[in-house]
Amino acid sequence: MGRWTTFIVVAVAVLVAALLLARIVPNEYFFFASYVVLQFIVLATAWNILGGYAGYVNFGSGAFFAAGAYTAVALIKAFAAPLMIQLAAAALVTGLMGFAIGAMTLRLRGIFFSIATVAVAVICETVVFNWGFVGGARGATVLQPPAPALFASYARMLFVVMTLLAVLAVALARYVEISWIGRGLRAIRDNEEAAESAGVPTLKLKLFAATASGALMGIAGAPFPLYMSFIEPTSAFSLNYAVSALAMPIIGGTASWAGPVIGAVLLGSVQQVVTVTLSSEINVLVLGVLLVAFVVAAPEGILGLARKLSAKARVR
Amino acid sequence: MSFELLGEAIIAGVLLGCFYAAVSVGLSVAFGLLDVPQIAHPAFLVLGAYGAYYLGGFGLDPLLAGVALTPVFFLAGLAVYRFYHATFESRGTDAGLRGLAFFFGVAFIVEVALILSFGVDQRMVEAAYIGKSVSLGDVRLPMRMLVAFGVALVLTAGLSLYLSSTFTGRAIKAVAQDQTALALMGADPVRIKQWAFGIATGTCALAGALLIIVAPVEPGLGRLYIGRTFCVAVLAGLGSMPGTLAAGIILGVAESIVLTSFGASWAPAVAFGLLLLVLAIRPAGLFGR
Repeated sequence: MGRWTTFIVVAVAVLVAALLLARIVPNEYFFFASYVVLQFIVLATAWNILGGYAGYVNFGSGAFFAAGAYTAVALIKAFAAPLMIQLAAAALVTGLMGFAIGAMTLRLRGIFFSIATVAVAVICETVVFNWGFVGGARGATVLQPPAPALFASYARMLFVVMTLLAVLAVALARYVEISWIGRGLRAIRDNEEAAESAGVPTLKLKLFAATASGALMGIAGAPFPLYMSFIEPTSAFSLNYAVSALAMPIIGGTASWAGPVIGAVLLGSVQQVVTVTLSSEINVLVLGVLLVAFVVAAPEGILGLARKLSAKARVR
Repeated sequence: MSFELLGEAIIAGVLLGCFYAAVSVGLSVAFGLLDVPQIAHPAFLVLGAYGAYYLGGFGLDPLLAGVALTPVFFLAGLAVYRFYHATFESRGTDAGLRGLAFFFGVAFIVEVALILSFGVDQRMVEAAYIGKSVSLGDVRLPMRMLVAFGVALVLTAGLSLYLSSTFTGRAIKAVAQDQTALALMGADPVRIKQWAFGIATGTCALAGALLIIVAPVEPGLGRLYIGRTFCVAVLAGLGSMPGTLAAGIILGVAESIVLTSFGASWAPAVAFGLLLLVLAIRPAGLFGR
């Protein structure tokens, strides 16, 4: 339990801080922007469980995110389900999608797996596009329910909920990383045949990683309709999510749970600033350029750079 | 669906399919033969289309523009491969994940650069053969599809001939089979792969011109073509040129039939559905090595 003590203390501190902020910060925009950063923490952490630990690159994160969001919309339209139910259902649906993707790893590796995830994404988008009940191509408007007693506005509550989700996602990623599951996944990433013959239950581990990753992505997307009050396929399936989910861990460092968090906080904040001050296209361009630059020059990400620097400092 | 409607759908599908083969030949070489995870191929196609659009502004025919841009794209391809090889292939470790992320990022940058310089609106070109159509009995065939069909056939057949009957072409096929053996014969595999990647990228100029002849183009179009081009390249059996043509036609006919029976909004899913099917049933493709 020793290696969890600090983590739990910090996690609780973060949650308390979020609750306090929700009470004292006067500016609504703060919550609007922070929500996006927190959502990216969940998304990037989720991607990293399959992509960073196991080495299976998912290009379809946007579809998982959108599937979570649209599950929530369908539930709201059908019987005005509360947020908790939406989250659970979204996790279930996208967890199943993740399981299916995990099953594909039986036959598909490397680029073939990645292309297949793009395929899943486009097929999902086409289905939603043609599905009238959730608004189809026109989109759907979702009314925010009144804010619960403790909070001054609904956005503040979503901010706290997203903080909780981010903490849970990071805790799960950390558990996977330091347990035998993480060792198995890393063995798969380094050499799947060798891992298999050494007795690592590769299929089980891959299925677990893909399911967990998928479920977390869906959870990241589930509150999105309520947050935006409006949803339509083009923005829900936006390439921005797919690229962010992959760029943030790679830029932060894929080896550890802290990498996606660093990447998401850094890039998420930069995105907010750039989108507001310049334009959303420039924001996306910055993301792409950073991704390529890090992949080429610093493959271990910011974490790797920091480690190198501290190693150098120690030598001196 | 009536018999005539089906017949028309099939004819339109064959024309469309040859066009799909033309946009995929480059990928068949880069991904099929050289094993480079060229996710940016469709983005280069769209870039080629915008090149034709830009030169069209000076009154140049889109096809001529495509031909004129081919050497530029070829050189760019040489540079991209040289860079890719130096940073990823020669270092070896973890090249898969990073190579993929690299090309994904490149595709993304191309798309955004196009948005920034041309905007998100659809663009089209003008030429004498766009907008006209020919009647064959009862079937009306749009002229632009016929032009694309003809150019696509020439491009695919030419590349096929080049690979099977010239010295360099055979060397490219050899490098796909056994790189070490080729090195032992005294040829430099890296230089040959670089040349081949240049050709693969070069085809994007002409194929991109076809893209904008067939339909208006917008910067995000590349994403749709990830499915179509990879579907064709994988279904073809990686690297097979006749296979590319056959696979293109299969996809074209399938899409055309879905289009006439279910409507246009379902068409994008066809390529990806077919791709998943191929990956699940026969990843080696029709003419697999």
